[in-house]
Amino acid sequence: MNPDAIRESVRRVLHAIAPEADLDSVGPGTDFRAELDLDSMDFLRFITGLHAELGVEVPEADYRKLGTLDGCVSYLAARAPAAGTP
Amino acid sequence: MLEFRMPSLGADMEAGTLVEWRIAPGQTVTRGQVVAVVETEKGAVDVESWQAGVVAQLLVAVGTKVPVGTVLATLDGAAPAASAAPPAATPAPPPPAPPPPPAPPAPAVSAGARPLASPAARRRAREQNVELASVHGSGPHGEITVADVEREAAPSTPAPPATGEALPEPPPAPAPAPAPATVDRGAAMRQAIAASMTRSKREIPHYYLGASIDMGPSLSWLREQNLSRPVTARLLPIALQLKAVALALRETPELNGFWIDGAFRAGGGTHVGVAISLRRGGLVAPAIHDVDTLSLGDVMQALSEVTARARESRLRSSELSDPTITVTALGERGVETVFGVIHPPQVAMVGFGTTLDRPWAIDGLLGVRPIVMASLSADHRVSDGHRGARFLASLGELLQHPETL
Repeated sequence: MNPDAIRESVRRVLHAIAPEADLDSVGPGTDFRAELDLDSMDFLRFITGLHAELGVEVPEADYRKLGTLDGCVSYLAARAPAAGTP
Repeated sequence: MLEFRMPSLGADMEAGTLVEWRIAPGQTVTRGQVVAVVETEKGAVDVESWQAGVVAQLLVAVGTKVPVGTVLATLDGAAPAASAAPPAATPAPPPPAPPPPPAPPAPAVSAGARPLASPAARRRAREQNVELASVHGSGPHGEITVADVEREAAPSTPAPPATGEALPEPPPAPAPAPAPATVDRGAAMRQAIAASMTRSKREIPHYYLGASIDMGPSLSWLREQNLSRPVTARLLPIALQLKAVALALRETPELNGFWIDGAFRAGGGTHVGVAISLRRGGLVAPAIHDVDTLSLGDVMQALSEVTARARESRLRSSELSDPTITVTALGERGVETVFGVIHPPQVAMVGFGTTLDRPWAIDGLLGVRPIVMASLSADHRVSDGHRGARFLASLGELLQHPETL
């Protein structure tokens, strides 16, 4: 799956959790948990949302790798099902 | 004849605005069914009926703000569940809503950016085919509320549930529209919190206790569990803490209930209110019902749903009206200890701070353990420090045995 599509998915999931947040103001390397004031329940919903969108199960031990948009993209790109399957 | 009234969604609520009927005259209502949507300073709330029957009359029109206790609708007798066949008189379901009329000419208020609107308002706008850009927002920072969308939709769209003639004088395209009930929800919520907390500090003789609890056993059990749980069923430490609070209350029931009219009334069940902060400011503490009887998975599921609904302003009336105790966890922001203010008419609040690695003596040896400070604020009119201490001790003990939760 290409990185741009993944970035879009990540943004979509984040938007569902924090609809009022301005995602354009979040830099690619910024810790968005702090930036968007996400608590652990929000973050779990984020992980669940990614699973629903991309079919990737993120183990708890890897949560810290998904703290930035760039981190999410590189982590998920390596694990998302091959292109073609949504 | 049964009466369905504007419910009190918390001790601090005086009035609410009816923004939607989900029922029509002649329709059968079951216990627990969502029958109306009411807008309060806590957002739009789905109101459930606690009676079963057949809707006789809707007495209050959409858009009207009425005091708590006002009769909103009447129902005909508790339709005996025994008679399987519905009464012959039951009219056919309401006809489908008429096709949406052509969009009204957009007023000149063209906002450049995407209009600010609550999720509930957006949903309503979609349902009613209302262009958000053409709606005047009356909420904080010009945010569009459900009532604003209703007002915009009203002139052209006949109210969809118009099956019956029961509605007394349905406002025919109100020209100046009923005064916006939700002038500024943020300010209204702040006022409600102020009123409730002022009452608490004025009336409730609080006492405060704190205890350090070793979260080690709970956290390692949780890590182990989560390895084998699918992402959709993972647990957070707060689920264990909530369940442990509910179980500890079995031994100290005087912390679970209400102070009403000069006397303590035990809660009918352990309905734990969970303080949830809202992103636009303010907070709500909806209840998770009968937490002591739920599995950890169910507690987690309920917490997740109620958090999502609170943030979308879609709570249910039963969740707002009847918590028997409140838990607040401020651990996410690095707070070590919570000094809670009791939410009247409840008689206790439990707080959890951040779980931090601390030096900790075990069997005469110094180790490092994840420690959380649990605090209890309780009402001295009902209980004493001795009983409060027993509650915290029991809470701490339960968290040492997560497998029993």
